[in-house]
Amino acid sequence: MSMLPAGLLNEPGEVTSEPHEGPSSTRGRSSTFRRITSAMFASPAAMLSAGFIILIVLIAIAAPLLVKVSGWDPFQYDDSAINPDLGGLPIAPWGGISAEHWFGVEPQSGRDVFARIVYGARVSLTIAFSAAAITTIVGVVLGMLAGFFGGWVDQVISRVMDFLMAFPSLIFMIALLSALPAGNRPVLLVMVLCIFGWPYIARVIRGQTMSLARREFVEAAQASGASKAAIVFKEILPNLTGTIIVLVTLAIPGYIGTEAALSFLGVGVVPPTPSWGQMIAMAVPWYATDPMFFFVPGLFLFLTVLSFTVFGDHLSRAIDTGETQK
Amino acid sequence: MITYLIRRVLAAVGVLALVALLTYWIFFALSADPAVMICGKTCSPERIDQIRATLGVDQPFMTQFFTFIGGIFAGRTYGTGANAIECAAPCLGFSFQTNQSVLEMIGDRMPVSITIAVGAAILWLLIGVSAGVLSAVKQGTWWDKAAMMVALSGISLPNYFIALVLQYVLVVELQILPFPSTPAFGDDPMFWFKSYLMPWTVLAFGYASMYARLTRTNMIDTLGENFIRTARAKGLGSGLVLGRHALRPSLTPIVTLFGMDFAGLLGGALITETVFGLNGVGKLTSDAISKNDQPVIMGVTLMAALFVIVANIIVDVLYTTLDPRVRTKVA
Repeated sequence: MSMLPAGLLNEPGEVTSEPHEGPSSTRGRSSTFRRITSAMFASPAAMLSAGFIILIVLIAIAAPLLVKVSGWDPFQYDDSAINPDLGGLPIAPWGGISAEHWFGVEPQSGRDVFARIVYGARVSLTIAFSAAAITTIVGVVLGMLAGFFGGWVDQVISRVMDFLMAFPSLIFMIALLSALPAGNRPVLLVMVLCIFGWPYIARVIRGQTMSLARREFVEAAQASGASKAAIVFKEILPNLTGTIIVLVTLAIPGYIGTEAALSFLGVGVVPPTPSWGQMIAMAVPWYATDPMFFFVPGLFLFLTVLSFTVFGDHLSRAIDTGETQK
Repeated sequence: MITYLIRRVLAAVGVLALVALLTYWIFFALSADPAVMICGKTCSPERIDQIRATLGVDQPFMTQFFTFIGGIFAGRTYGTGANAIECAAPCLGFSFQTNQSVLEMIGDRMPVSITIAVGAAILWLLIGVSAGVLSAVKQGTWWDKAAMMVALSGISLPNYFIALVLQYVLVVELQILPFPSTPAFGDDPMFWFKSYLMPWTVLAFGYASMYARLTRTNMIDTLGENFIRTARAKGLGSGLVLGRHALRPSLTPIVTLFGMDFAGLLGGALITETVFGLNGVGKLTSDAISKNDQPVIMGVTLMAALFVIVANIIVDVLYTTLDPRVRTKVA
C-alpha cells in the first residue's frame, strides 16, 4: 500500500476484468452499457456512493454560489465567533456551529468552515480529476504501445515503469514538492501525482493489450490489411473501455487521498487556499479542545474516498460479470 | 537460476544508480546553496567559498555526483590539510544541520522504524489474511459483509486521521494508553508494548484492510477453479480442501505484496512517525525535508530504494518456490 492512504497503488488483483470478446458492434456495446447501468442501479451501495460523488462535484462547481448563500467566503475572518480569552476557541458549542456558520468556525481566525470545505472540495477534486485524466491518457497510450509492439518499445517502457514503481514515491514526492519553488502548487501537485501514477494504469493496459493482440479478430483485421494504427485504435482500444473506466474510477480516490496526505504534511496546497488535508493538518493542535474542527474535513475526505472506491468496486464487478456470462 | 539472479542484481544496481542520480540532480538543481544555509546570515563571501570548497559543491554536477558515489564505496575526505575530515565507506556524508554522519543518524533511527514495521506487519498479516480467508469461505454472510465494510473504511480513512482520533479517544479521553513514544524494551516491557500499540494499530489497519480485500478476491477465484472441484469430488473435507489446495495459490500474490510493503516501511513510516512524533527514519526524513538537509534526504531516499529493490528480488525468488508454474520459466 506504500504510505499513500487508499493509495496511488490500487491493489494489483483489483482490476482483473478480462477484455471482452470480439470487435464490438454499436448494438453490442449499447446493450453492454445497458446491462452495466442496470446492475449499478440495482445496487443501493453503488447508488448511494454515486449520489455522494454527484453531490460533492456539484458543491465544488457551485462553490462561489454556495458561499453567497451561506454568507461567508473562505478567507473572511469573523472575530465575533471566537473567544480570544480561550485562545481563540469558537464561542458556540460543537466547534462554533450556528445558523451563521453551518459547519462551525476555525479557531483563532473565525473563518467559516463550510466555505473552506466547499472551496476545499474544488481544489481537491480539480487536482484529482486532472491527475486522473493525464495519467489515464499517458498510461493508456504507453501501455498500448508496450503491449502491442513488444520488443524494444516494450523493454524501454517496462523498465521505466519498473523504475518508477521501485521508487520510494512518497519520500520523493515530498522532497520534490519542498524543493520546487512555491509557484502554482495545484499544478505541481498534479505533475508529481502524474509522474508516479501512470505506471499503475499502463501496467494493466499493457497486459490486456498483449492478450487482446493475440485474439482472432485482431488477426482478421491484420489479414484484411488494416494499418497498425487502425488496429490499435479501432480494434484494441474499444475493447479496453471497461478496464479504463474502472482504472480511472479507482485512481481518483487514490489521488484525492495522496493530495490530502501531501497537504497534511505541509508540502501540498498552501494556505490561504483551503484543501481538506491541509484543514486536517491545521486542526491537529486543536483536536482535543475543538474536535469538530478536526472531524468535519476528515469526514468529507473519508466519505469522498469511500464513495469513489465503492463505486469503482461495483463498476468493476458489473463489467466483470458481464464478461464471464458471455 | 544463477544467471537469473545475476541479471536481477545487475538490473537492481542500475535502478539504484538511477535513483541516486535523479535525486542528486533534483537537489543540485533546485536546492538553495547549502554553504549559505550552513554559514547563516552574517557570513563573508570568503567563508562561503571556503565552505563550498570543503563540501565540494563548487565542483560541476557530474564530479560532485561521482565523488558522492565514490564515497559510498571507498569513503571520502572533506576539506584538505589540517581541517580534513575522514568519512569512511560507506560514506553518505554529513548532515548540513547537525554535522552528524548521515549513516549514523539513519543507524540510530532504524531500531524504532524496525520495531514499528515488524509489530504492524504481524498485526496486519494475522488480521488481514484471516479475515480475508474467512470472508471468502463465508461469502455473502453477515460476517463477510461486516468485514468488508470495515476493510472499505480502512482503505478510505487517511491513517493520520485514524491516528489522531485514536489518540484523542484512547489517550486523552479514556487514558488507557500512554502517548506513543519509543521507550527501550528492557526497561518496562509492558510500557514498551503500550507505547507502540497505537502506531502498530494505525499502520496495520490500512494494510490489513487491503490484504483482507485482496485475500478474499483471490480466495474466491481459487475456490471456483476446477482443481478445487476435483478435490471436493474426491471427498476431501472442506478443511483439507482449504488448507492443502486453496490457500497456497490464493496467498502467493500476498507474499509479493507483503515483501514490497514491509520493505517500504523499513524505509520509515513517514506519516505515522510524524503524526505520533516517533523518532524513526520516517520522522528523520520529514524533518530533513522541512529543513532542506540534502545529505540526509539523499541517504534515506537511497536506503528506502535499496530496501524496496532488494525485497523485489527476494520476493521474485520466493515466488518461484511458492508457485510451481513460474519455476519452469525462470530455470
